[in-house]
Amino acid sequence: MSNTQMKSGLELRDLSIRLGDRLLVDVDLVIAPGEIVTLMGPSGSGKSSLLGHICGTLPPVFDVRGVVRLNDTVLDGLAPQDRHVGILFQDDLLFPHLSVGGNLAFALPSSIRGKTERRARVAAALESAGLAGFSDRDPATLSGGQRARVALMRVLLSEPGVLLLDEPFSKLDRGLRDQIRSFVFDLARQNGLPTLMVTHDPEDGQAANGRVIALD
Amino acid sequence: MLRFVPIITLFFMVGPVSAGLIGTILPSFGTLPALGGDGASLEPWRTLLAQPGLDHSIRLSLINGLAATLISVVIVMLFCAAWQGTRVFRMLQRLLSPILSVPHATAAFGLAFLIAPSGWIARLVAQVAGWDRPPDLAIIHDPLGLAMIVGLVIKEIPFLFLMTLAALPQADTDRTAQVTASLGYGRITGWFKVTLPRIYPQIRLPVLAVLAYSTSVVDVAIILAPTTPAPLAVRILGWLSDPDLSYRFMASSGAVLQLGIVLVAMGVWIGGEKIVGALGRNWAVDGRRLPHDGWLRHGAAILAIVAAGAVILGLVVLLVWSIAGFWAFPDVLPRNFSLRLWAREFDALGDSLAVTLMIGVPSVLVAIALVLGCLENEVRTGFRPRKRVMWLIYLPLLVPQISFMFGLQVFFTLVGLDRTLFSVVLAHLVFVLPYVFLSLSDPFRALDPRYGQSALCLGASPNRVFWQVRLPLLTRAVLTAMAVGLAVTVGQYLPTLLIGAGRFATVTTEAVALATGGDRRMIGIYGLLQMMLPFAGFALALLIPAILFARRRGMGGNNRI
Repeated sequence: MSNTQMKSGLELRDLSIRLGDRLLVDVDLVIAPGEIVTLMGPSGSGKSSLLGHICGTLPPVFDVRGVVRLNDTVLDGLAPQDRHVGILFQDDLLFPHLSVGGNLAFALPSSIRGKTERRARVAAALESAGLAGFSDRDPATLSGGQRARVALMRVLLSEPGVLLLDEPFSKLDRGLRDQIRSFVFDLARQNGLPTLMVTHDPEDGQAANGRVIALD
Repeated sequence: MLRFVPIITLFFMVGPVSAGLIGTILPSFGTLPALGGDGASLEPWRTLLAQPGLDHSIRLSLINGLAATLISVVIVMLFCAAWQGTRVFRMLQRLLSPILSVPHATAAFGLAFLIAPSGWIARLVAQVAGWDRPPDLAIIHDPLGLAMIVGLVIKEIPFLFLMTLAALPQADTDRTAQVTASLGYGRITGWFKVTLPRIYPQIRLPVLAVLAYSTSVVDVAIILAPTTPAPLAVRILGWLSDPDLSYRFMASSGAVLQLGIVLVAMGVWIGGEKIVGALGRNWAVDGRRLPHDGWLRHGAAILAIVAAGAVILGLVVLLVWSIAGFWAFPDVLPRNFSLRLWAREFDALGDSLAVTLMIGVPSVLVAIALVLGCLENEVRTGFRPRKRVMWLIYLPLLVPQISFMFGLQVFFTLVGLDRTLFSVVLAHLVFVLPYVFLSLSDPFRALDPRYGQSALCLGASPNRVFWQVRLPLLTRAVLTAMAVGLAVTVGQYLPTLLIGAGRFATVTTEAVALATGGDRRMIGIYGLLQMMLPFAGFALALLIPAILFARRRGMGGNNRI
């Protein structure tokens, strides 16, 4: 992730999403590596369908035009698992049947081989999130803030080329929100990830300290 | 591959029904080359119509089927209206789910042992009334078929209740109840005026399935219905089993007639729906609120509890009879108990359990694999089947078994697969598939789709997402669906008997065969035996996830949308 000069970031070229004859989203946007762009809009304005389209998980009933490029690779037509698009939802969606470490190992690419090596990578990720020694814990026993941090580490371990945030802080307690926000934003910048956040909370946009685009 | 699974699944349900119907209709007009019938003829119909008491049999099937369905629907609707969202409701919910797994024949035997002239209830009355011999009344096999109606009602209530339960959340019922209450409506009136019209379309197919079943049932009728004459379906089975093979032609006509009776019953029911609907639209806005409906609410609760209690007490009395020594009337309990009969029958019991599993396990495994394939295909393609497909899924439950099982037997004979395990499993699959699908589709579709999306975005392939995320998250639902499937195959009487041509003695065919003999101790043993596999299945469906995920508190119910 260090060589950010070579990367052009996330490009959304003339991208529009329709459902029936209703226009949900219409954007033309480039997000540079390490840049955080906020899309503001009320719920139901189709922000989540935009993220779904970038992930490749949008159901085919939507009518989408335009091009999505990540570091000069066109994503359209690629399977979701081949896109290297990381996404965080407002729920952490940690898999409840796996341990904390299991959740992180799930995300770790299979190219990292050997039990010891994989365990070490998981432990290092937990340590950098201030959660050293949490590997064997049941995710259900973690606090909201701890779960949010595990969820971010899980995304980062999958070595994404871009980070998408779908109202990721709206379910956190107010006190915790600032702390998790800066945790996510700092790591996104450190990793040079172009980051697209959709939210209806103006504070999220201010905290991101980047471009804010309003959707109608 | 995956995208062909829905078609294959539908084929396994619709194919046998169609082949079976053709194989029934042709011989009913004299065409059955295997038995020397190679022309078109109305002779089978003439013979059928000349059968003594045919009109009586038809009337019994039609009226009793409609009555059993109507009573079950009314009790379930009244109970839901009166108690939804309360502690009583949740209590009955926990009680009714296991009752659903009790095979029909077991419940019917249990009921018979309760209400027969020498049954438990008469024995209790005898203590007070001082009787020293059973009352001289035909309570079982009564000429009007009332015992059969009761036997059907106590088993259909749990099914309809659980189907209603699945429909309730879609009508936002709790808040609706608050609104109607704040407008001054009594619970029951408010529910019938506002909630019922919204949920009825969703339980309509299950209701029609209950109607088709009640109008054409064989095993419950053998145990409880009048015998001279018996309801049509029982007589058809008699003709099919007659050593004189020429009876098969008349039996086919009877099976087609049975299909007609079910269609008439459905016509009557749908006509009734229309009338009730028209009257209901006026009633809904006439402002009458019946605010003080305590008596009706308690009545509904008593009916529901009596129905559930009858099944449970029936199981208890089966158990008591199975270990009873000398038990004279009017003693409430036997003088002594003995396991002698269990010991004597031990090997035979093991054999029939083994045969039951030999049919049941492959049926359930194939069904769960196909249903999971259908549902996974929905997730991957993003297309849900249209509502009309639900009719196809219900088709095997809407066509009377006796009307296509004989034809299916003819078909299997034609292709040289008669009397094989393979064909019996296929016949069971016809009924296991719809129930497994109905049981699994709701929880599968309710799983938060973002789990799968997150996993894909983390770089996992769709197959890995299925095996490592969706399937483990649905462990309990999948095991429950398998338990439902097992309960269905264990309870199958006609398909096992007709397609297996008597070669496969399962716990259910053995139990029903005992009905005419009247050996209560043996009936007790086989009735309980029928229960064992479904109960074990549901116990495992609870136990396995509890053990697997003992250290995962998040595996409760909160990973749903």
